[in-house]
Amino acid sequence: MGKPSEGYREIDHTADWALHVWAHDLESLFGQAALGMYALAETVLQTEPRITRRIKIETRDLESLIVGFLNELLFISEQDIYGFDTFDISVKKYKLSGEISGSQIISQKKEIKAVTYHALEIKHSKNGFEVQIVFDV
Amino acid sequence: MMRMQDMQKINEYEWEIPVSFRSDMRVPVRIFATRRLLESVMQEKSLEQAVNAATLPGLVGRVLVMPDMHQGYGFPIGGVAATRYPDGVISPGAIGYDINCGVRLLSSKVEFEAVEDRLEHLATALDKYCPSGVGVKGDIRLTTKELDQVCRQGARWGLSRGYASDADLQRCEEFGTLDGADPDKVSQRAKQRGRPQLGTLGAGNHFIEVDVVEKIFDSEAARTLGLQEGFLAVQIHCGSRGFGHQICTDYVREFQGAIQRYNIKLPDRELVCAPLDSPEGQSYLAAMRAAANYAFANRQVLAYYARQAFEEVLGGRVNNWHLNQVYDIAHNMGKIESHKINGKNIKVCVHRKGATRAFGPGSPGLPPEYSKIGQPVLVPGSMGTASWVLVGTEQSMTRSFGSTCHGAGRVMSRRKAKKTIRGERLLKELESRGIHIRAGSLPGLAEEAPQAYKDVDAVVETVSGAGIAKKVARLRPVAVIKG
Repeated sequence: MGKPSEGYREIDHTADWALHVWAHDLESLFGQAALGMYALAETVLQTEPRITRRIKIETRDLESLIVGFLNELLFISEQDIYGFDTFDISVKKYKLSGEISGSQIISQKKEIKAVTYHALEIKHSKNGFEVQIVFDV
Repeated sequence: MMRMQDMQKINEYEWEIPVSFRSDMRVPVRIFATRRLLESVMQEKSLEQAVNAATLPGLVGRVLVMPDMHQGYGFPIGGVAATRYPDGVISPGAIGYDINCGVRLLSSKVEFEAVEDRLEHLATALDKYCPSGVGVKGDIRLTTKELDQVCRQGARWGLSRGYASDADLQRCEEFGTLDGADPDKVSQRAKQRGRPQLGTLGAGNHFIEVDVVEKIFDSEAARTLGLQEGFLAVQIHCGSRGFGHQICTDYVREFQGAIQRYNIKLPDRELVCAPLDSPEGQSYLAAMRAAANYAFANRQVLAYYARQAFEEVLGGRVNNWHLNQVYDIAHNMGKIESHKINGKNIKVCVHRKGATRAFGPGSPGLPPEYSKIGQPVLVPGSMGTASWVLVGTEQSMTRSFGSTCHGAGRVMSRRKAKKTIRGERLLKELESRGIHIRAGSLPGLAEEAPQAYKDVDAVVETVSGAGIAKKVARLRPVAVIKG
């Protein structure tokens, strides 16, 4: 059985956490990275009521865009206690825009301090995109 | 991957990776470790990360790695790097997201045997008074103006609010206040995160612990520090919370552009940096100092809460239940200091990430009463194992930019710890050894299990053997509060 066309997997890192994320396009890669991050933090969301937020980020390169996107989600989870599971976004060059929806966070077991640039490189192959992301916890 | 043969053995406790190892290294890497500790990190990336750190522009001397090293996310944990002031660089990633994460130690005149039956209550009271957990907010809601005061004044802010005493401030690294902090260099986002979090412990490896002073190794220093065998002490381990995390996040992002402007080539983007005398470097320095002051104030408020807990549980039951400040030190910080290099005193920015300042006797900036013994160094062990109190030495001044180790250092990944260690079982085991635990999350507890860390005693033996710190006392935990 082959690897599903998109997803994330936790990889070993002595002190912090790292995720391997892959997807057929950039939009799904960003969405999967977000889902992976919430899973690492053991975030549990309420089913209702659902909320939607508009999101717009522009950076100098693609790696900064994924770091900026995930840091934005961390900020919202701490400030407004919202988490997201649906990402209707478009990634054009170094601009991300669109709508993300989710709901209130019921519980979160782990604290993620930040998303790092450590060995960060979004790789493009014939099967799509992949990236390895290290989080400071 | 690094191999043992890439390292030159200097002596039993020191190893060196010469600049010839990789063409982009500017200085050698000096590792303080026994062969055994060194072998334990060969499978991971800490030494490779130290070699990467050795490429930073303006480095002087050597990049140092302490025996509690483990891989980080750019700069190794346990790393020390000094850059020439003002034309060398400052790197936010070489200081870390938790700016001024550090340890405060309080001593007491409470005899363990006299209060053994009250420890359960003490753990509960500490847990009640000291807010902890993921994203936790505290009882203090700072206004924008008050937060600016915290940024500028650090622990001193607590004086006017009744959280601190002069004696507390006297016994702090930098007397609890770093000069040169500028809240205007801090983003609104960081301030928004910082306002509700002062006086909170957070989660992860942060804790408040009640210890018993188990053994004294240097009676004169212990007497000076107020540590006595068989008596209780309290350790507080935490940092600048979301405020510091956001400041580091902001500047790591901003410096991605700075390295292009200053034409700096680096092997890892997390090491991004800017010259100390550049506008970018100066802004980060001022913002980092604001976060450092926030962390000093945070530990000050938590010390106040710990005192309330002691008063509630032990007040009237023993003659003296007061907690006296021993010292407060940072282990993630960038400091402008003067060090002797090749016989000449020069001004440098010392980056310490997972490393502690360890100034020797007679150094400037020590409280007068500690001048003779040297600066206290607080080395928390992993949960359930010993912690150590050390002092800086003359050798730490000449050989390690006045720095030494900061803890036990992880050996097992959080993923593996989570998979192999059951939180509930660990809790029972620790309780059966007489350690009262209050933990916000059982999986979180498992990740911090003693098995996931190096042996803190072996780390301390190494720095003491190498001469870059001297043993004063060993502490044994009896109550641990974790987020």
